[in-house]
Amino acid sequence: MTDFLKKEREFVVPGDLIVASMDNLPGKNAYREGEGIYAKKLGLVSIANRVVSVIPLNGIYIPKVDDMVIAEIKEIQSNGWVLDINSPYEAFLPLSGVRGYIDTNRTKLSTVYDVGERIYAKIIVVNQLDNMYASMHDMETRKLKGGRLITMNPAKVPRLIGRAGSMIAVIKKFTGCNIYIGHNGVIWLDGGQMEKAMEAVKLVEEQAYTTGLTDRVTAMLGGKKEEKDEEGGREEAGRTEAVED
Amino acid sequence: MGEEMKDMHYIRELLEGGQRADGRKLDEFRNVELHVNPYDKPEGCAIVSIGESKVIAGVKMGIGEPFPDRPDEGVLMVNAELSPLASPDFETGPPSVESIELARVVDRGIRESGTLDLKKLCLIPKEQVWLVCVDIQIINHDGNLIDAAALASIAALHNARMPEYKDEIINYDKKTVKLPVKAKPVAVTVSKFGQSLLLDASLTEEKLVTAAMVVATNEEGHICALQKRGTEGFTEEEILRIWDIAAKKGKELRKLL
Amino acid sequence: MKREDGRKPDELRPLKIEVGVVPNANGSALFSFGRTTAIAAVYGPRPLHPRHLQVSGRAYLRTVYSLVPFSTTERNRPGPSRRSKEICKVTMNALEPAVFLEEFPKATIDVFIDVMQADAGTRTAGINAASMALADAGIPMRDLVASVAAGMIEGEHVVDLAGKEEETTACDMPVAYMPGKKKITLLQLDGNIAPEDAAKVMKLALKSCEHIYEKQKEALRAKWVKK
Repeated sequence: MTDFLKKEREFVVPGDLIVASMDNLPGKNAYREGEGIYAKKLGLVSIANRVVSVIPLNGIYIPKVDDMVIAEIKEIQSNGWVLDINSPYEAFLPLSGVRGYIDTNRTKLSTVYDVGERIYAKIIVVNQLDNMYASMHDMETRKLKGGRLITMNPAKVPRLIGRAGSMIAVIKKFTGCNIYIGHNGVIWLDGGQMEKAMEAVKLVEEQAYTTGLTDRVTAMLGGKKEEKDEEGGREEAGRTEAVED
Repeated sequence: MGEEMKDMHYIRELLEGGQRADGRKLDEFRNVELHVNPYDKPEGCAIVSIGESKVIAGVKMGIGEPFPDRPDEGVLMVNAELSPLASPDFETGPPSVESIELARVVDRGIRESGTLDLKKLCLIPKEQVWLVCVDIQIINHDGNLIDAAALASIAALHNARMPEYKDEIINYDKKTVKLPVKAKPVAVTVSKFGQSLLLDASLTEEKLVTAAMVVATNEEGHICALQKRGTEGFTEEEILRIWDIAAKKGKELRKLL
Repeated sequence: MKREDGRKPDELRPLKIEVGVVPNANGSALFSFGRTTAIAAVYGPRPLHPRHLQVSGRAYLRTVYSLVPFSTTERNRPGPSRRSKEICKVTMNALEPAVFLEEFPKATIDVFIDVMQADAGTRTAGINAASMALADAGIPMRDLVASVAAGMIEGEHVVDLAGKEEETTACDMPVAYMPGKKKITLLQLDGNIAPEDAAKVMKLALKSCEHIYEKQKEALRAKWVKK
């Protein structure tokens, strides 16, 4: 039985030795040096089977392939749109990334997506040259009109989604709000009781790493304490970062 | 929180309806706090926070020659540093026009109100006078830096003590006599958005308002300094209203000094 | 040998440490050794302009150190001096080994250090504050960096030189250390001292760095772990 110096959910800072053993593997935000696995970022220890990770408590959004992001059109170029995705790196949405055919001789790109408009897009390519490509082909992607936009710490987005989407489902259910969550820490809401929904989002952000949060959010929104919702859906490995109620 | 995508559309809509994102009334200030002399190296210093904006002003004194056209007066200099530490909008490099404007507006308020009796800072006319430098340093920028900087500067001056000057040597370890301070001017910035006038614009609000006026008033309610900023104009009637609002608010803020 | 302020040779000045003092920054911290106070703010990773400063394959750790005009006995003229430019560079070199720069190619991680009050040890206070600010910002790091200056006064090895001690010390040795990795990332010396003494002074500094390291961790925990 390996002796962990830091336990599950314990707060760690970079350089903290979590376990000294060759039986474990370093996961996200942890690294191996010699016999030890150390924390790379300030956060909470997460141990799943033999993988030792750290759930970060803070950090700028760095895009990953398959992330859904809420982006704002920053600039229109001849062959696509430059997107502000709330990150040090911009993303590019090429013509080929849009559903349907666009004849650039007949259609002005600004009539498709104009500067300042918001879209819910998917990141499809991430490479070393700080060029990220986005796409609007996915079924979930769309233009977001009206509504309200709020930002939150990108590190806490997985908690807002919840295990298999359980947390956001609760918020949508009790507020009737249409909500889109970008992995880049940008949230879009429309309709229903937006104020209540925003308060719920704020509560999740503040108390992201406490237990019983789903119950508290449910209570805050005026619902009764529910049975744990095992939706049986696939937990996106490595993306929801093993957050629990 | 760095370069967030701020919901400017929504905040603009709110302002159009006469409301503010944090629920404040149009003439309401955020929480104002003043701490005097957190450090002892400066002759006097003060930290002012208005909401999350944090500004520190420090007074340093030296001996030098007076200006040729004011041979029997001490020299007052106000300088401001918009440190890149305080905001992603600030850059390293020589003083920007914003930092110069901030310094000069605060300077005018101090100078014209006679806060500092410069004649009492003369040692040998035409040759030796005290130099008083007020340096303003921004620690966090969330709007309304001028009001915070002005308040910090006045508090720093009023709580400063002069180093001893004996036998041509300044002894910074011995600070006893207070600076010859009199007035307590207070600067209040009034911003315009559409038909509304608002006080204490936050950082996001500052980016949306079309014009603003800084008004410094003294204890008698007299105006010591004015500065209009922004791309829009004011009507005469608006300006008179602004002066009134600023004098009233100035009186309230003065109680902190 | 009695120190000016009555401290024991291996005693640090009272430490004041606070994390998160600049809300706008991605990470920030304040660190004081007695009357010396430095505030550090970290922004990034973020795009780096001008492009010619971009480093292929890794981030640039842009470090700016400056003394606030009222921080010194006589007013310090604003603007970088030769001394402050050198300190920018050694500070950057003290922090770089701790950061996983390879994870952010072509970006910059900006570290701004403003010294509010200078009573010796400003660069070490700055490094202590910057290291916590980097961790606070969620930047991936190998370890925290702790720093202190040590010297020798009247034959005795002393740590954390205060203002007046800079005149009587036989040497002024600022040191920065990653205690978890046992790696020294900053080492400078001003003075005239035999190697055996220098080795002992350095050892004393490293021991103090270990103590500062624990205090840095406590301060980070104090901000992020709410009861």
